[in-house]
Amino acid sequence: MKKAMSLVLAAAMAFSFAACGGASGTSGAASTASGTAIKIGGIGPLTGGAAIYGNAVKNGAALAVEEINAQGGLQFELNFQDDENDPEKALNAYNNLKDWGMQALLGTVTTQPCLTVAPETAADNMFLLTPSASAVDVIKEDNAFQVCFTDPNQGVASADYIAENGLATKIAIIYDSSDAYSSGIHDKFKEEAATKGLEIVADEAFTADNKTDFSVQVQKAKSSGAELVFLPIYYSEANLIIQEMNKQGCTASIFGCDGLDGLLTIEGADTSLFEGVMLLTPFAADAQDEKTQSFVSKYEEKYGETPNQFAADAYDGVYTILAACEKGGVTADMDASAVCDALKTAMTQITVDGLTGEGMKWEATGEVNKAPRAVKIQNGAYTAM
Amino acid sequence: MEFLSYLINGISLGSVYAIIALGYTMVYGIAKMLNFAHGDVIMVGSYIVFIAVNQMGMPPLLAIIISMALCTLLGIVIERFAYKPLRSASSLAVLITAIGVSYLLQNLALLIWGADPKSFTSVVGLAPVQLAGGRLVISGETIVTIVVSAIIMAGLIFFVNNTKMGRAMLAVSEDKGAAQLMGINVNSTIAMTFAIGSALAAVAGVLLCSAYPTLQPTTGAMPGIKAFTAAVFGGIGSIPGAFVGGILLGVIEIMSKAYISTQLADAIVFAVLIIVLLVRPTGLLGKKISEKV
Repeated sequence: MKKAMSLVLAAAMAFSFAACGGASGTSGAASTASGTAIKIGGIGPLTGGAAIYGNAVKNGAALAVEEINAQGGLQFELNFQDDENDPEKALNAYNNLKDWGMQALLGTVTTQPCLTVAPETAADNMFLLTPSASAVDVIKEDNAFQVCFTDPNQGVASADYIAENGLATKIAIIYDSSDAYSSGIHDKFKEEAATKGLEIVADEAFTADNKTDFSVQVQKAKSSGAELVFLPIYYSEANLIIQEMNKQGCTASIFGCDGLDGLLTIEGADTSLFEGVMLLTPFAADAQDEKTQSFVSKYEEKYGETPNQFAADAYDGVYTILAACEKGGVTADMDASAVCDALKTAMTQITVDGLTGEGMKWEATGEVNKAPRAVKIQNGAYTAM
Repeated sequence: MEFLSYLINGISLGSVYAIIALGYTMVYGIAKMLNFAHGDVIMVGSYIVFIAVNQMGMPPLLAIIISMALCTLLGIVIERFAYKPLRSASSLAVLITAIGVSYLLQNLALLIWGADPKSFTSVVGLAPVQLAGGRLVISGETIVTIVVSAIIMAGLIFFVNNTKMGRAMLAVSEDKGAAQLMGINVNSTIAMTFAIGSALAAVAGVLLCSAYPTLQPTTGAMPGIKAFTAAVFGGIGSIPGAFVGGILLGVIEIMSKAYISTQLADAIVFAVLIIVLLVRPTGLLGKKISEKV
């Protein structure tokens, strides 16, 4: 009870800070004269608590637009608006972008605003491609597509990855049953594991109020003889579980989803324990392939920081729009509704090799189909597997 | 073998609850107030040790002593400025103040140290004991926690029954007015109680975070509530009661996780508390005091 109240208070505080965030920034048009370029709008939090995501998307998208315009061919113009991770502000931003003459929307970055904006875009027949809003409901309408996996699909992708790479056959799961993200992945993982012939030998839950003592869950995983422990949870509990496994001498390997991204940045953690932890993340900045390396070096040079998954999602998003525009014969003088009709059909026909996955394809539902990528922690850094 | 392992884990968790519960029960027994900020003093103590060890590179033992000293100071300051002015106010006012202090500490910690969870490095250097060919592993933290909590309980019982200060505490707990007439300084006795309770909180914090190595501003909240439950369970005001209550609560929690459901453990723990209170309203070892009219 106390905790619940303190969370409410903390949320109220965070909200009031976010509300102080100030004027929304209109920014970043890197392109040729308007009229000859296809106008792409972006919406995401550039200020406030989730600013790190919005800025990464904005930077990643701007980098892609710059590259595309330098190549000649189709030209893009990007206008990125701040929504402070607030659904109402996202709607205002969307209306501003429509006034500006937007022909396709890259966004929104975060889930809640996207759930508000998506029905509007459907009513306007405006093409929507979100780089990173991962809820299933975001793509309910037929004009909406995703670059990232939906939350539950991470469960399917994890099971597939484990089965196809022969990582283990006996699997223990420890998940947070009081959290929608965690239990969503857990349910899908279990379904998919059954069809892939993976055996779930232990399936243990914990709840938000009881998430420090994992001795029982780990003990059960250990005595079940699991070769791999699947952790569809956030990194802070994962840290506790990994330490408990070490304490109990449990040597099963560990596999998680994007919630584990952050393990290496926990202050004071003994990162040597994280060696060998595998996680499903669409992007690892130190992957050795040429595409990633060129993206990372350009990004670092331009913005002075290492790109994260959101920047990569946005970069792929812009290239996806490019591929769909080329396929659908979209030109800058078409109106937004005609662009949307062309892109909707084109999206299901294209294949994009991006930073976040080779051979990305889209279903008409808007879900992306791509080979899951996993990274392994080696010598204190992510290494592509 | 698994049963034994669960039992040991339960006793270990229970020992942490017991040390926290000792702080609750002492303050309640003597000042007749529920110090809800106790759990948050634990959190502050843990942060002090974390900073001293991880950021300033001090040896753990020195860090613990510094943390105990600072927590003692914090306890006295809280008592002086938040509780003492309300000594003659209704107990409800003091209770609300205690909740206020609890939030104050949590939010100060949030401002100073941020919301990111920190990973606490265990201060226990003991290697785990492997029994039965690795099937039963007892961690160093478990052993130290159990031993330390037993020592603290024994020490407290000795202190209360055999020292002048301790006997003054007993006198104040029985009748403040009469104690004052006998020449006991009630205010300094109560301040002393808070000082000891808060020093214990620092030790509890270190043990809690060594066993479950995560540290954030809400770290003390849930263990605080569980330990309060343990204190009531054992009979609030009674030192052996807090110890027994803590251990039992830990064992019940782990056993219900192990054999009933990991999700229902908390519900079961609190259901047991309700049943105990229905049968024995004063708790397991609580004294039944008939009110004099």
